[in-house]
Amino acid sequence: MIEVGTALAEKIVYIDRAMLKAYADASGDQNPIHQNEEFAVSVGLPNVIAHGMLTMALVGKYVTEWSGGSNTVKEFGARFIKPVIVPAGEKVDLTINGTVTEVDDNQIKIDLVATSAGVKVLGMAKAVVIKK
Amino acid sequence: MLAPDSVGRTFAGADAISISQSEIDAFTAVIGETDTTIAPPTFTIRISLDQFQNILTKPEIGLDWSRLVHGDQKFEIFSAVKAGDSLRCSATIESYRVAAGNEIVSVRSDLHRADELVISSWSTLVVRA
Repeated sequence: MIEVGTALAEKIVYIDRAMLKAYADASGDQNPIHQNEEFAVSVGLPNVIAHGMLTMALVGKYVTEWSGGSNTVKEFGARFIKPVIVPAGEKVDLTINGTVTEVDDNQIKIDLVATSAGVKVLGMAKAVVIKK
Repeated sequence: MLAPDSVGRTFAGADAISISQSEIDAFTAVIGETDTTIAPPTFTIRISLDQFQNILTKPEIGLDWSRLVHGDQKFEIFSAVKAGDSLRCSATIESYRVAAGNEIVSVRSDLHRADELVISSWSTLVVRA
């Protein structure tokens, strides 16, 4: 039974530099802050950071796994409030949780929380999915 | 600085953009999606950001893309994108402000398949001071 307050199971995805390279190639976003540590540091970042849109794509996959596929999403939005920092040779966590906030005959609204290394990386993350 | 008279204007994208199966395959592989028959919800960001860059960096608009960060993103999806789709893109500059030296631009992207609106998306782009 899906009702207001229903919690989606937590999911942890691991992000490494290889995933950033793969996302850069898949998305066309070759900004060096997502691949080149020297460059990232030179523009004031602590290290290489993940694409905000990669984080959002992974949270999108979390939603569609629960809602029943890529064609169930009607709305999806988020703010990029903190970067996901990806040091060389490491796998960093993206920990995702969701809670149902509204249910009607046709659709379900979900609030989403995404953290990495204990820091909240997305703000106002919400999705509206088709009720199957 | 963004040219003030560009706010509120809608710009047509250059050409029809063809979606290939290999692009969808590459995107789904990264996020671990096994259904490659349709594009994941955020797939079209690759089209929208590319169109925004083409439009916003025109000399008469004048945004500095090299210092740009993505502030927020929202999608409204009316129809799933599939391989073989030919999409037409338009971009509207909805608002522009300067805060603490940062330029903050809100842009909307509308993607159409023939006359059908497929996806509207909103991006806040920040050019750091």
